[in-house]
Amino acid sequence: MPTSQTVVDEHAHENPALLHHFATESQQKNAASLGMWVFLAQEVMFFGGMFCAYLIYRYKYFADFGSASQQLDIKLGAINTAVLICSSLTVVLGVRAAQLGKRMALVFWLVATILLGCVFLGIKADEYAEKFEKHHVPGPSFSYHELLPGQEKLPAAERQYANPHHAEMYFSLYFAMTGMHALHMIIGVGLFGLLAWMAWRGKYTPEYYTPIENAGLYWHFVDIVWIYLFPLLYLIDRHR
Amino acid sequence: MFGHLPFWPESASTNAGNVDALYIFLLLVSGIMTVLIFTVLTAFAVRFRRRKGQRAEQIEGSHHLEITWSIIPFCVMLVFYIWGAVIFFQERTPPRDATEVYTVAKQWMWKFEHEGGQREINELHVPAGRDVKMIMTSQDVIHSFFVPAFRIKQDVVPGRYTTLWFHATKPGTYHLFCSQYCGTEHSGMIGWVVVMEPSEYEAWMSGAGGNQPLAVTGQKLFSELGCVTCHRSDTQGRGPDLAGVFGKPVLLADGRTVTVDENYVRESILEPGAKVVQGFKPVMPTFQGQVSDEQLNALVDYVKSLAAPPSGRPANTNGAAAPQP
Amino acid sequence: MERLLLNLKVEKVRVMRMATAVVSDSGERETYLNAGYGIKSWLLTVDHKRIALLYLMSITFFFFIGGFFALLIRLELLTPSGDLVQSDTYNKLFTMHGQVMVFFFLIPAVPAVLGNFLIPLMIGAKDLAFPRINLLSWYLYIVGGILMVYTILNGGVDTGWTFYTPLSTEFLKTNVVSAVVGIFFAGFSSIFTGLNFIVTIHRMRAPGMTWNRLPLFVWAHYATSIIQVLGTPVLAISLVLVGLERLLHLGIFNPSLGGDPLLFQHLFWFYSHPAVYIMILPGMGIISEIVCCFSRKRIFGYTAMTLALLGIAVIGFLVWAHHMFVAGISVYAALIFSLLSYFVAVPSAIKVFNWTATMYKGSITYQTPMLYAFGFIGLFTIGGLTGLFLASLGVDVHVHDTYFIIAHFHYIMVGGMVMAYLGGMHFWWPKISGRMYPEGWGKLAALIVFIGFNLTFFPQFILGYMGMPRRYHSYPPEFQILNVLSTAGATILAVGYLLPMVYFMWSMRYGKPAPANPWNAAGLEWETHSPPPTFNFDEQPVVTWEAYNYDDMGEVPEREESPVAH
Repeated sequence: MPTSQTVVDEHAHENPALLHHFATESQQKNAASLGMWVFLAQEVMFFGGMFCAYLIYRYKYFADFGSASQQLDIKLGAINTAVLICSSLTVVLGVRAAQLGKRMALVFWLVATILLGCVFLGIKADEYAEKFEKHHVPGPSFSYHELLPGQEKLPAAERQYANPHHAEMYFSLYFAMTGMHALHMIIGVGLFGLLAWMAWRGKYTPEYYTPIENAGLYWHFVDIVWIYLFPLLYLIDRHR
Repeated sequence: MFGHLPFWPESASTNAGNVDALYIFLLLVSGIMTVLIFTVLTAFAVRFRRRKGQRAEQIEGSHHLEITWSIIPFCVMLVFYIWGAVIFFQERTPPRDATEVYTVAKQWMWKFEHEGGQREINELHVPAGRDVKMIMTSQDVIHSFFVPAFRIKQDVVPGRYTTLWFHATKPGTYHLFCSQYCGTEHSGMIGWVVVMEPSEYEAWMSGAGGNQPLAVTGQKLFSELGCVTCHRSDTQGRGPDLAGVFGKPVLLADGRTVTVDENYVRESILEPGAKVVQGFKPVMPTFQGQVSDEQLNALVDYVKSLAAPPSGRPANTNGAAAPQP
Repeated sequence: MERLLLNLKVEKVRVMRMATAVVSDSGERETYLNAGYGIKSWLLTVDHKRIALLYLMSITFFFFIGGFFALLIRLELLTPSGDLVQSDTYNKLFTMHGQVMVFFFLIPAVPAVLGNFLIPLMIGAKDLAFPRINLLSWYLYIVGGILMVYTILNGGVDTGWTFYTPLSTEFLKTNVVSAVVGIFFAGFSSIFTGLNFIVTIHRMRAPGMTWNRLPLFVWAHYATSIIQVLGTPVLAISLVLVGLERLLHLGIFNPSLGGDPLLFQHLFWFYSHPAVYIMILPGMGIISEIVCCFSRKRIFGYTAMTLALLGIAVIGFLVWAHHMFVAGISVYAALIFSLLSYFVAVPSAIKVFNWTATMYKGSITYQTPMLYAFGFIGLFTIGGLTGLFLASLGVDVHVHDTYFIIAHFHYIMVGGMVMAYLGGMHFWWPKISGRMYPEGWGKLAALIVFIGFNLTFFPQFILGYMGMPRRYHSYPPEFQILNVLSTAGATILAVGYLLPMVYFMWSMRYGKPAPANPWNAAGLEWETHSPPPTFNFDEQPVVTWEAYNYDDMGEVPEREESPVAH
């Protein structure tokens, strides 16, 4: 006997969010989740290339990198780390609100995430501005005349200065890595803006909140990248 | 091994014969494999073409076959691997007393300097029957030193030395090609390696230009640039005594041990803080931008030429005993 | 040697009923081709089949651009002196030939055209998992393509397709940044295609379509997609760093600023070696489908074939520095990468043996797709064997950066991949277009391609061992005769490539309408109409049979004499 299965009249009582090429909502949800995980895998590889370059040069020019690293403001970096971790918390609380069908709470937590993201970006902009003022931005106007770590303890005549080329290497990688990270954050903030607006219009229900979940995954990833960036970039040789 | 066969490169070094032997072995095995597969394919194509009343037989597979035709080819490949690795290891291990030639590649020419000070451009004279080692760097982009007749090639990289050695066998004139794309005149960056009988080579060397030996040039620079003020032979200097250090291991401030080779000497001149010898402060200034590649070659050759000091004094200085001025 | 005939305990009756086709008011059956006219219905489509055709047009366009550059190169190389074009122009020609062919033809061709079209059909789905991302992929490709065309028209780029530093970052005054950004976009197109395929194959298979019942074409694209997703981002970041270095005079790859030129090479080849597997694995998938159909047999060693695909994908990530044996890496690194390169050769060899064994006791016919399959197996064997030469350090030192390398990769990419692509296009043309191509012309073109290809590239092996370096505008006179042979071959090859263009287009109007399954082939794609309706199947398939169930399928039908529609 033919074992064909006629298509169930799926339009009868489906969620309007179910796209036509999926058979069931759970298939759609699983596909979207897997898609986001695969996307994050390629993001890991993307950042990985820069991390690789950074680790190689840090090994080669450790002292100079230490000097350059100490030009960064560790307080601002730490605050940013805390800000991002909190923003991951607000995202999770948003997902929870979506699961419970609490529309205004969801909007609230998404907006909170956006605000925290903007705080991060604002602090980052401030840090970048300071680097610009001190001519630590790589390129034609780069100039660097700082001591190696620990040298300030020595008498003035003996102090060693960092190699400016190597310091520029550090800052090239600093701007590339934090810049790429900031770009991903800006995209994330924009994404959450969109989601917050759609949440406010009631698009997400306990049966369908996949975009919130997947955007949350993306945001957690961006957070984790920062959690690697912070110690690698800011905390070289600080114990001296 | 061969005379000059058509469609086959000349053979003019000891290495050439070794590489050709491996290549011919590869050709034979590949040829056999190709003929085998083509024959089987043709045989099947003919034998199993569609015929009336005959059906295809569905065969799932065979573990035995899969294992067999994985393991046997792999074992053959291991032969290729080991044979090639042996040749490569020999190619990358220059003999100790090789005649050295410094090479500076730039867009789009080859500059050679023999230890005796003779300079050549795009033409390299070498003696037959002797080991020759090229110590090469680039002034600009990556080039590659390729002599087909010797079956040898090495990229020439800016910022460091790479080396290549050969033992030429047959006097003659052989192509030298740049084989790493380097810009507009890449295909014009060619020249000749002129292999001469040793006696003719000696004659050529004495006739070719009246430059002083490279190490003497280096010694002059060593003095002019002020190196001699710190790198003194009385262990009182701020820098290590360089007598006899070349080729020996040295302990660095960070605990690592490195061998003092051409690259280490070059790096120490251009980036002195990178690998400071233990017991010395990182006070050496950089000479990046102040010395040309040719001058660096001279300095390296000079350091190389410094013999071990008379017995009774350690060859390498561990600055623990050196007071700091 | 052979197993006993497999006793198939599964349902022997196939399920599709196509009587319930949707028919439009004019009485014409609705297909994906006529389900909407007008440019918007194409440029804003989310139908994977239409997107596949959009890709077909774009990659064909770039194929002919890359091919045109190749012809100019071969023309120049007829004579030893550089007298056709100037050196800078020649350098731009080989650079752009490589960039266009690699990034805008070879990488997308099979996945974005045949993969896009066939994967949902083969697994019994209505579309890919993310149809809109599929369209986005095409637009990313087009943006990249526009940048590439701009690069070409604005004076070209002459870095070599490999962009080695510091030449590309410090010394050239050509359009490096636009080329790099264009390829960056093409790379993201590739990443999203791979992402789409992975999720589709995991989540969208029809009921009963288990992993072990998937056609090898699907497995091949799965393995390819893993490489695309994990490898391409590394290319992306390498190109970003080159662009930034150029614009801002950073020193990441510049030795006089403390940078290392070899770091670029490692980052570049970490992608670009797996990239060659992105190019060949889909072609291998095609060959499996064709060989099975035209031998009327299931594939020999299905599991071995799937493991080989995955093995190539994984090990392919571990061998990149075999492009750098003479670059200045240490002896020990070279020894390791040489050994690993031999590991990756084994699964490829297994596939060649299995295809051959599939023909054993088959019932073989020689339609055009099968001719291309034979060509592929032979030429891929030669190309792959020469890979063994290159993995051997002693030989590679001599032939690296010579015409031997060029011959090696063209045997695999052109003799292998392009022939597989053409074979696949002929095999699935009836499904895609609803028309039959003219079989006589198909066979003729295949023969011309085979002859032209070998004449073009076999002499290059000899040239390479003799010592002719690659990327050479002029060369010593003793290399001329082989170059002349090669150029002669190239002109023949060009004819072979033009013919299908012409007769495929001819067949769209005048070709015989194709039945659903003109080859009596196994596979879900053949169980629906030619061309398929927009949502692929009239009814959701439910699979109860194994892949390549040729035992149930009879023979390939005879072709009528005239291929013209009545």
